[in-house]
Amino acid sequence: MLDTLLPILIFSALALAAIGAWRRLRLWRQGRPSPVPILKGLAAMPRRYLVDLHHVVGRDKVMSNTHVATAGGFVAAAALMLLVHGLGFDSPVLGGLLLLASATMFVGSRFVARRRRNPPARLSKGPWMRLPKSLAAFSAGVFLITLPTVGVLPEDFGSGILALVLAAVVAWGLGELFFGMTWGGPMKHAFAGALHLAFHRRAERFSTRTGGAGRSTGLKALDLDDPEAPLGVEKPSDFTWNQLLGFDACVQCGRCEAMCPAFAAGQPLNPKKLIQDMVVGLAGGSDAAYAGSPYPGKPVGEHHGTPHGPIVAREGKALVDAETLWSCTTCRACVEECPMMIEHVDAIVDMRRFLTLEHGNTPGKGAEVLDNLIATDNPGGFDPGSRLHWAADLNLPLMADVKQTDVLLWLGDGAFDMRNQRTLRAFVKVLRAANVDFAVLGNEERDSGDVARRLGDEATFQSLAKRNIATLARYRFQRIVTCDPHSFHVLGNEYGELGGAYDVCHHSTFIAELYQAGRLAFAPWKGGSVTYHDPCYLGRYNGEYEAPRAVLKALGIEVAEMARSGFRSRCCGGGGGAPITDIPGERRIPDMRMADVQETGAELVAVGCPQCTAMLEGVVDAGAEVRDIAELVADALVETPADGETQSQRPQAVEVV
Amino acid sequence: MRPEVRKGTSLAITVLVSVGRHPLTGRGRRADQDARGVELARALPEAEVQLLHAGTLGEGSEAALRGYLGMGFDALTLLEQPEGADILPALAETLDEASPQLVITGECAERGEGSGLLPYLLAERLGWPVVSGVVAVEGVAAGVATLLQALPRGQRRRLEVRLPAIVTVDGAAPAPRQSAYGPARRGKLELVPGAVSLDDDWAHWQVQPARKRPKRLKIVKAASARDRFKAAAAKAEGGGGQVLEGVTPEQGAAAIFKLLKDEGVLR
Repeated sequence: MLDTLLPILIFSALALAAIGAWRRLRLWRQGRPSPVPILKGLAAMPRRYLVDLHHVVGRDKVMSNTHVATAGGFVAAAALMLLVHGLGFDSPVLGGLLLLASATMFVGSRFVARRRRNPPARLSKGPWMRLPKSLAAFSAGVFLITLPTVGVLPEDFGSGILALVLAAVVAWGLGELFFGMTWGGPMKHAFAGALHLAFHRRAERFSTRTGGAGRSTGLKALDLDDPEAPLGVEKPSDFTWNQLLGFDACVQCGRCEAMCPAFAAGQPLNPKKLIQDMVVGLAGGSDAAYAGSPYPGKPVGEHHGTPHGPIVAREGKALVDAETLWSCTTCRACVEECPMMIEHVDAIVDMRRFLTLEHGNTPGKGAEVLDNLIATDNPGGFDPGSRLHWAADLNLPLMADVKQTDVLLWLGDGAFDMRNQRTLRAFVKVLRAANVDFAVLGNEERDSGDVARRLGDEATFQSLAKRNIATLARYRFQRIVTCDPHSFHVLGNEYGELGGAYDVCHHSTFIAELYQAGRLAFAPWKGGSVTYHDPCYLGRYNGEYEAPRAVLKALGIEVAEMARSGFRSRCCGGGGGAPITDIPGERRIPDMRMADVQETGAELVAVGCPQCTAMLEGVVDAGAEVRDIAELVADALVETPADGETQSQRPQAVEVV
Repeated sequence: MRPEVRKGTSLAITVLVSVGRHPLTGRGRRADQDARGVELARALPEAEVQLLHAGTLGEGSEAALRGYLGMGFDALTLLEQPEGADILPALAETLDEASPQLVITGECAERGEGSGLLPYLLAERLGWPVVSGVVAVEGVAAGVATLLQALPRGQRRRLEVRLPAIVTVDGAAPAPRQSAYGPARRGKLELVPGAVSLDDDWAHWQVQPARKRPKRLKIVKAASARDRFKAAAAKAEGGGGQVLEGVTPEQGAAAIFKLLKDEGVLR
């Protein structure tokens, strides 16, 4: 009886899965076109899965092994089952392999079940709670029905009530794993995830066989020359089809939620929920079925959307509230942590673009900052002619005078901020001590456009970027060095698309190089214990974790690392225009970060970003002092034996404001 | 007497908008007070708002004018006037033809002559009342608008004026909404040829940047924080003010006439 029943079950499950797959494909294709190499992508998919994806999953060893056993066992068991039970190739060898595969999968399913016994808050419940049972049903069922094939049980075992029960168990497993995979069950992540990896919008972020695990963090430019091109994303169908596919790949593991600084601060954002809301939007419906943590302060079930309806309503409620989108600091912690390689920040900025460019609804001080950027080229609305006032006594060489130089020092908007001016002065002192040939653009410099872009004002960003690129094109320099990781990211990763390719580095990288070349010498460190805060735009955006630590080590400082450091560093709360839009939460992000600092017992926290400095220094009653790496280096400078004499003559190099 | 505004019909408002000038960089922008005027009009329910600018369409002015369109308008009427023309006759003619109920404008242009006389001259020509320094139009009923006028030190005065009228907007009016790029780019600048009356005097004028005038230092001898605050918040006061109450219009006019003579305004 099983011999006739099983092929019917298997092939009808496959047929239903195929129909579901087609329906799902149609849902994704509602999105805007985005050309991807189909065959190349599919060919690259196994490597992207086995190497890049498992590199992220592997951060949790138990879950990684569980997934290998369960998913590997399932893929092998499904293929073998098709041969053995579907097509009738019942050789004992294949049967034995099938037994092995289903047994492996069963073991895996037990670990999945253990994970679900006391699930952490970040995991979604609901249908996900039945997944271990379905996995167990499938693997155990397949194991038992395969026993007769290898001769452990008699052939006529497959008849009677027992066989019916077994067939029912297998049917349950098939339903969850084949049918549910394409019709929207928890296993959807396998189907959508595999295709998402193949057709990812940022193919360059995956490693290749020739090495180079790429980094792809720059936002993609809007086409402003075409008056018909939409300005950002209004409806779910305004995303590109592979973005929609990416949302659908979400496995609701909540690693993003656990890392999100805005969620931790009680601001109304949860990256996982946001992605799930996009899935609701692409299929149409309400978020009532969502079974994970909600946006803080926003109950589940009040929002609904359709593929061609607005995501954010001008009035009232739609799929997502605007303040959810404005809570994001664009720190990329969610993207870094996502095992499905989903691009949350791209999606958030896409939606912000629509709110700013079409609704004209940037919250908080957003409108004022954008107006300032348009009128004065800096967010504070300062006189652009006063950009160099802080350096009136430093006699900085101007690009307009020297025309060419080794190092172009990009000042950034910190030049208008009295706190950051101390950092800049310190770094100038370091450059002079190392006899670096450098110059600044001075009043010709404009804001890099970072804030405008992240507030969604792509038009102002592109206007600033194009004018900066035109200015830079007039001069010759080897590289750009900046004390501002945001400028670093924008100049290095985002100007390329607009026609400006530069070799940019952060001042800590440059100081580390100078030290290694023996051009700097430091007095031994006499202060207390020190910790280091990784700026998001230096670390996660640009992969620079080592140089700042190398500089601190060269200073004789042993860094007392925070629990969340390196690629898991917690944001200071200053990115993405978050201090400008200022969405209220229960706590402040910088307060949480200073609490992290306090946990290490450090008396000083070294930073490398003007935003981080401002945010962390703004914390009331902080136990630790906030100093930029450049300041620490400038304080520790001693004469290098080779050219110390010339340096010691310069009075301006000694002054510290 | 004009027919009463029927119930349910929308209120026709024309906002006169000019090309502004950023105080620090001198770049063209939507003029602050005019933008506040547009915001004032937008805040009125059932208002049918028209934007009107008299001037030339150039590279400098287009971005600024589109700034107004970005506040949510499909079109802006541009009454073409050459550089240096007296826009007053053309504006008066256009407004007389369109006969809006309410004309809103800023108090003073940010570039050009910037005399602040335009609303008064326009009112004189059209024979309409003019109300200066308005911060809110509280309502319009039976052809009468209730306005809130700003006075020094945060004081407000409620006025009623029979429409049609011209009102100028005070800097204390609600801040204008953000100008969005999409509507600004899509909006149309409808060019309308206007009667040109060249200003011969203007052609002979010499324009030079204003010299910053020296400012008298305020020496505050205050004993308490309250005194210091009062000194900081105080606006210059004439001191010799006089409030006339219960007088006939003739008596009032006579008093004003006497004052103007005393002050040497009239000789």
